[in-house]
Amino acid sequence: MPDSAVRIALVFPSLLGTYGDGGNASVLAQRLRWRGIDADVIDVGVDDAVPEQADLYVLGGGEDTAQTLAVSRLSDGVLARAVAADKTVFAVCAGFQILGESFLVGAGEIVPGLGLVDCRTDRLPGERAVGELLTDTADSLGVLTGYENHGGRTVLGPDASPLGRVREGVGNGDGTGGDGLVQGNVIATYLHGPALARNPALADHLLSRVVGDALSPLDDHEEQELRAERFAFIRRARRTSRWRRQWRPPARDA
Amino acid sequence: MTARFALARAAGRTASGLSRITGRGGGTTIGGRVTLLVDPNALAQAAVGRELALVSGTNGKTTTRTLLVAALSTQGPVVSNSGGANLPTGLTAALTTDRSSRVGVLEVDEPFLPKVAAAVKPRAVVLLNLSRDQLDRYAEVRRLAGVWHETLSAMPEVHVVANADDPLVAWAGSAAAHVTWVSAGQRWTYDSTACPACGDILHRDGTGGWRSDGCGLSRPTPSWLVEDSVVIDPSGARHEVELAIPGQVNVGNAALAAAAAAQWGVGATDALRAMAAIPSVEGRYLQTSYSGRPVRLLLAKNPAGWSEALQMASPDTGLVVAVNARAADGRDPSWLWDVPFEVLRGRHAVATGERSRDVAVRLRYAGVEHVRVDDLAQAVRAAHGSGPVDVLANYTAFQGYRKVVRDA
Repeated sequence: MPDSAVRIALVFPSLLGTYGDGGNASVLAQRLRWRGIDADVIDVGVDDAVPEQADLYVLGGGEDTAQTLAVSRLSDGVLARAVAADKTVFAVCAGFQILGESFLVGAGEIVPGLGLVDCRTDRLPGERAVGELLTDTADSLGVLTGYENHGGRTVLGPDASPLGRVREGVGNGDGTGGDGLVQGNVIATYLHGPALARNPALADHLLSRVVGDALSPLDDHEEQELRAERFAFIRRARRTSRWRRQWRPPARDA
Repeated sequence: MTARFALARAAGRTASGLSRITGRGGGTTIGGRVTLLVDPNALAQAAVGRELALVSGTNGKTTTRTLLVAALSTQGPVVSNSGGANLPTGLTAALTTDRSSRVGVLEVDEPFLPKVAAAVKPRAVVLLNLSRDQLDRYAEVRRLAGVWHETLSAMPEVHVVANADDPLVAWAGSAAAHVTWVSAGQRWTYDSTACPACGDILHRDGTGGWRSDGCGLSRPTPSWLVEDSVVIDPSGARHEVELAIPGQVNVGNAALAAAAAAQWGVGATDALRAMAAIPSVEGRYLQTSYSGRPVRLLLAKNPAGWSEALQMASPDTGLVVAVNARAADGRDPSWLWDVPFEVLRGRHAVATGERSRDVAVRLRYAGVEHVRVDDLAQAVRAAHGSGPVDVLANYTAFQGYRKVVRDA
């Protein structure tokens, strides 16, 4: 157990926080406090330096302009040093994209990313991916649930592996059926919700990397009720769409 | 007036009447839709010869429209789209139903402002604020501000009344040839961290001022100011505003409405007095009783609106937080985590609505003592104490409760 408070850096919530992803930092901090471990969330403002000595870095989703601004503010190398020092980084959506080699904004302009993980992002063919996202993970994390809302398609390179296999929704959208990325101590995903509120096992997985020891169990019945309700919603939606496909009237014109 | 328009108007009236008689709905939207089907130019035709004000923005459209209608009604009849029908169909229905009023106030859904402005050629456009809302459906707010900017730069005859404190609105409004700037306040700043014009960082001075590092875009100098409950008009005269509806945000909305009413020659004193008398706005702030307790309904639709509503909730009453996530609400309620529910620590709240489980988890992490129940009757009974209850609800939850409370 750490001697001092665990420091959680919430990186530029005013730029990378369009989809409530700032909640991920609150969830991490509260789950430590409930176990008697001190935790501080450092809200990093756009004019502030990203702290060198945080234990965990959290990045969220954001709009194009904000995403580009965030990547330019992060080019000072703090995050690169954090990754090199094996600090844990959790990134969602736009925050995920900027960690890779490159991403697209606006009409298709290619913006160089931070190059901290082995992926690059271009555009999904067709419509934006908007809706419930459900993925299976290989290990103890179980099923991950959340909501995705992105136009990016992220292709992973050989050094990275997906965080989950998509059961419902789009995820990375690169044709391999994966969502997100795991590379060293960086974990990334397209799951909003926020991801850690809907997936306490993922939150504890990140925390166990920081505090090192086994975490005592918490009463997560409210999170479990929320998860069960979302799973039921997806099952209902699937039945409805199957029924619609089966009974849809034949198209009148080709 | 063209024959086609006359036919379209009659068809719309018939459809609307049928819809009401058969009990299928209020008839507003269907009437407008039929009218527009018969004559796609009907909205423009119905606006001919009128002096219209359009009101748009993420939050406060209905309230500000209602305040402006009250102010302009001191001079004569005013046509308006009551009932929240703020898409082209609803606007068409409003203007084709009332054929005589020369003056009108229409609230317009933000993405439709360009089309509607082009069709009705308004005399004034009132721009309130822009912030994240229904992210699953609408484009990014920066893009919306850009569309407004283009629209207004192409309409030099329009007089814009705009909130100078909101950078997105100020940038959009600055494209107009004539602008009255109002310092109406902005509590929610997370959607304007980056300059809408150049993308660089916006700096705020803590007293409402803001300036872009990159292009120098800064807060326009407002001619109307708000200090607590006082509205200061361009002559420097101070008007104590005693609105029956709650909230600091509504003093700002009243200032915007007064600045717009001035375009029609209504003095600030008369305008604000007319606004003060309004007890509730289409169910918002409505005080009633339900399940044996006095209940007040507060509507909040997005993080900015919820931040305002949490300020309005009385500290010593029972509190219910109700959230749905239907199409009209936005399907993704993750915005709950942008709302500072932590301010409720030390109080007790009841989570309800179709997404009550999301609310319960949010309140758990905010450190707010709470219970979760399935419907409004249970929620009101479960609320803290035995006295009045404030019900904070998002859009479809609010609309549902309005009916429930009315029919009780």
